[in-house]
Amino acid sequence: MTDNRAEKYKKVAYYPGCALEGTGHAYNRSTKEVGKALGLELEEVKNWNCCGAMEVKNVDPKVQTYLSSRVMSQAVNEMGHSVVMAPCNGCYHNLKKAEFELKNEEGTREVVDRISKKAGHKTYQAGEVETIHALDWIKHGIGEEGLKKKVSKSLKGMKVANYYGCMYTRPRNIFPEKDKGPGTESTSQPHFMDDLLAAAGATNVDFPLKTACCGGAHTLSDSDMSTKLVLNILKAAEASGANVIATECPTCHTGLEMHQIRAEKRFGVKTNVKILYFTQLLGMALGLSAKKVGVHENMSDSFELLQKQGLA
Amino acid sequence: MPIHEKHLIRPENIKSHDKLVMDGIDISGHWSTFIETRVVKDYNESLQDEIAALPGGEYVHRCWQCGSCTNACTVNAINPDFNPRYWIYLIRMGMESELLRDKDIIWQCVSCNKCTYVCPREVAPEGVMKATAHWLELKGHTPQSPSTIFDDVFSTQVIETGKIEDSLVVRNFFQRTGQSLTQDWLIEMVKRMVAHLPVKMLMALGIATVLRPRTKNWGGARDAIKEYVAEQDAHHRKALGLESLVEMAKLEAAAPFKQAAE
Repeated sequence: MTDNRAEKYKKVAYYPGCALEGTGHAYNRSTKEVGKALGLELEEVKNWNCCGAMEVKNVDPKVQTYLSSRVMSQAVNEMGHSVVMAPCNGCYHNLKKAEFELKNEEGTREVVDRISKKAGHKTYQAGEVETIHALDWIKHGIGEEGLKKKVSKSLKGMKVANYYGCMYTRPRNIFPEKDKGPGTESTSQPHFMDDLLAAAGATNVDFPLKTACCGGAHTLSDSDMSTKLVLNILKAAEASGANVIATECPTCHTGLEMHQIRAEKRFGVKTNVKILYFTQLLGMALGLSAKKVGVHENMSDSFELLQKQGLA
Repeated sequence: MPIHEKHLIRPENIKSHDKLVMDGIDISGHWSTFIETRVVKDYNESLQDEIAALPGGEYVHRCWQCGSCTNACTVNAINPDFNPRYWIYLIRMGMESELLRDKDIIWQCVSCNKCTYVCPREVAPEGVMKATAHWLELKGHTPQSPSTIFDDVFSTQVIETGKIEDSLVVRNFFQRTGQSLTQDWLIEMVKRMVAHLPVKMLMALGIATVLRPRTKNWGGARDAIKEYVAEQDAHHRKALGLESLVEMAKLEAAAPFKQAAE
């Protein structure tokens, strides 16, 4: 896949998803701001729908595939886009999964055709769009060298644990472009976020739980389990010497923030590591103010740390 | 004979004697060597087919018991009784009563997909866990788990409007599981959430809860999805031999779930 991606990713269809209009609003804001600052254009998918998150697949996996296929159909048929960028791991995962299932899973095609027809829109055909994550978008659209040139406030002194979560890397078969050697993303040791933040001057700590689970699927239905899983992550980050955890998914981010508070209130375990979206960190490195990238919308209050580092 | 690594020493299988003398030797007490002989007679020969008929369970027959799933499992690291490899074994052998001993924890799978990632046989154990949890509920062995209720609350909103609104999902879920919205950690969370927010943004958040986000012209999709889901549901019930009205009535009676307010 080498390539015209720098050109291709200059203007892409943007699928924020439900979380980015609600609890993950800071991620939405900071993603758009970073895009502007880097000269990468986003055009929101017209009249999009929910991808089904982690829930609809448990009612019926093929309905989830339909939901994702409709988003891609909107992007290609209503807007003529060939690339959809989804910053949320859940949306990104589901669109990738739909693409895989439409190509490989028996019976999926028929169900998607049938619902699309009754819904009155053109059926999405596998291969019509490429789904990418915000990390791919910046990594290939600008690259580390391009980013370095635009950094005006280095993240020097920020010790970052990069947390990618589950949906960005697993299962492997829905990400055919990953694990293809140098320059591609790794599903066991993802590094795109590390690469970008290092280019912005941050120090990435050696963090062992990059792809551990935060229990996001059961964040409310099995809260004690989620709190335990999140505590593992927070404590490992602190033990690695991090002062901030960088996230790239609204569910992970909210899960970490929420269960950090819950651990404190319910189990009396206090952790001090701060939690920021990687786009918030990049935005500040590009000279945007903390407010502009929505730091005030986070539950995890990192103003003091950012002021100390001269970023806010 | 199957090897039951840990279940052999379940407390209820161990014999203990207050006073027992054999060949002149006092062997009173608690002996792990005196295990109740166990004979399995109640095989459900269609168990594997029933699980395979539900979404996610399709590939359960591929398993060759390497144990990679359990080794990689997020939940197993917290609760060693959570053992996907073993449950898949029981499903394949048709050992229903043994499987039912763990019926109250199977729903706790967090869908991290570590098992599916490492599985050398493409069993998709995560899917098998979901199918098994679904099977337990359809058969009336367990009430709806909090996870199923959450899926239901969430999916209903997506299917009805095309989108979700976080706070409504949370409120509906807490209401249906009988939990209070004024728990200390929730209040603290909201406090921190709004700590730095300007008034304008707080108002925007408030408006979103009234004017729910929705996808335009969604009616056709909604009806088509509902029709398909109902059709699938009928298929599943038939595959599990649940089509009779008597069974349906039993299910209705077993369905309500109430979790004591924390």
